[in-house]
Amino acid sequence: MIKLATELAARYGSRGWHNQRPDLASVQIDLSRLHDALAWLKDNMGYTHLSFMTAIDNIERGVFTLTYTLRNHAWNDGKGHSLMIHADVDRSKPEVDSIHRLWGQAWTYQREMKEWYGIDFPGSPRVDEEFVLEGWEGPPMMRRDFDSLAYSDATYAERPGRVSHDPETYMKEKLYPEAEA
Amino acid sequence: MKKQAQHIVPPAERANLDLDSGKYLVMWQGPNHPGITGNMSLRLVIEGDTVVDCETHVGYLHRGFEKLMERRLWMQNFPLVCRIAVPEPDFNEYCYAAALEELAGIQIPDKAVWLRTLSLEMIRLASFLMWIGGQAGAFGHGTIGQWTVTMRDYVLDLFEELTGGRIYHMFIIPGGVRGDVPPGFLKHVLETMDIIQKNLDDVELVMFHNVVYKMRAQGLGYIPPDWIDHYGITGPNARAAGVTRDLRKDLGYLAYPRLDFQPITGTVSDAYERSRLRLAEMYQSIDLIRQIVANMPSDGPFREKLPNPLYWKIPAGETYVAAECTRGEYGFYVVSDGSDKPRRVAVRGPSYTHAVSVMERLVRGVNIADVAGLMVSLHTYPPEVER
Repeated sequence: MIKLATELAARYGSRGWHNQRPDLASVQIDLSRLHDALAWLKDNMGYTHLSFMTAIDNIERGVFTLTYTLRNHAWNDGKGHSLMIHADVDRSKPEVDSIHRLWGQAWTYQREMKEWYGIDFPGSPRVDEEFVLEGWEGPPMMRRDFDSLAYSDATYAERPGRVSHDPETYMKEKLYPEAEA
Repeated sequence: MKKQAQHIVPPAERANLDLDSGKYLVMWQGPNHPGITGNMSLRLVIEGDTVVDCETHVGYLHRGFEKLMERRLWMQNFPLVCRIAVPEPDFNEYCYAAALEELAGIQIPDKAVWLRTLSLEMIRLASFLMWIGGQAGAFGHGTIGQWTVTMRDYVLDLFEELTGGRIYHMFIIPGGVRGDVPPGFLKHVLETMDIIQKNLDDVELVMFHNVVYKMRAQGLGYIPPDWIDHYGITGPNARAAGVTRDLRKDLGYLAYPRLDFQPITGTVSDAYERSRLRLAEMYQSIDLIRQIVANMPSDGPFREKLPNPLYWKIPAGETYVAAECTRGEYGFYVVSDGSDKPRRVAVRGPSYTHAVSVMERLVRGVNIADVAGLMVSLHTYPPEVER
């Protein structure tokens, strides 16, 4: 693993290699070198399996952190090793190179990230189509600044017959009315 | 006349079809359709009786679990995680609990390790029993489903005895499991395994030697071995193509390194081979359950003491914990920023690729009557796609 970490750093400027477990590590790579690094890991280092892709909204730093989790099945006599590649993309202009040519299922993850975070993957098949949010007109719902309550109040009509109570006050009034007096 | 199974590999690129030519029919299969697994739908383009194009549509079960989890305490998420894959809630519970334990540095007692393994194997068997009913039913063999759903109910009886719940168990929690085995439970487990094994012998005779089933399933949905890594295919769908990968063996989590078993693989990689392989894995599960009952310690603690769940903060960090569910690699990616709520929880379900990328390509060139059988042969659960 030390050899891989060193070579990845020398070739693609990766940093912050962290061994979470003997079979799981993570590393940070600049967005501009991400696609090439993933292709190299897949074609040359045995990380042929894409477990999943996802994003984290690090709104405090103004970035989305992409996570690509690859698995080398052959490592350590078939025990395998997983590598989580992180890359930050600017929150104000989230555009990332598509990897649908590297893995056949990647386009679905990219379509999901476009819908859920607003991260664009130009050239990815059907990336602009709805994925799970049919008819959704709000902002990307997985962003940290998406206020789901405000969206719900603004979008859906109030259904009559529903009343909200403050639990503490309600319990006092209903269960211990004499205490109020 | 014996049908010769043909292994046709559908093209990678979608055909450019003129849907206004009058030559094609666009037909929706699902979301409410007896030939669909769960609430998802396929938009099929038909030419005669043959499917020429397909799009998978999901979203009917999207409940925003991953968003909801970011706003709840670590422990409050347990009633949510088990609902991500309804027939197999225990894999969600295990992956989430194991991720939290890893980040919080908690070691669980040995008794809990065995009880978790027992729980996961029991739900694997229950899920396969439901699946085989669907697989036979998709080819018009409804009797099998009536038998195996009854057998599944016997396993659910065991879960009710062990956990109090039939469908959602919330048995695996951080620190261990929620309770020890009740008196007489292990005897009931062994008795139930005997009944199910006998029933599976009948299923094998009636279903797998049935000429109609063989003619329709053999050659259907051939997955070439080079698709396995390209599409991220895992579980029985990969093993039927001859790939010896089973996370129970590879990762060696819980009590699996102490159990005697080998991954089962196939060679032909069609719908028939996949169903044969899953049947063999059902027998394997029964064998593993018997091994667990024989080797599990009879006493000892089953849970570590945890901090107050209302004030439990997990140190900052991230991890990915995976397990081998009935359909392949099931995993939870969990990120903590050091607070009392998750920063991010992402679920990796095998159906994500099996039901979308693989299904859309495999179905091209298939007869419309075989679409349901093909889909069930991939064993997909839409909720884990949508979360």
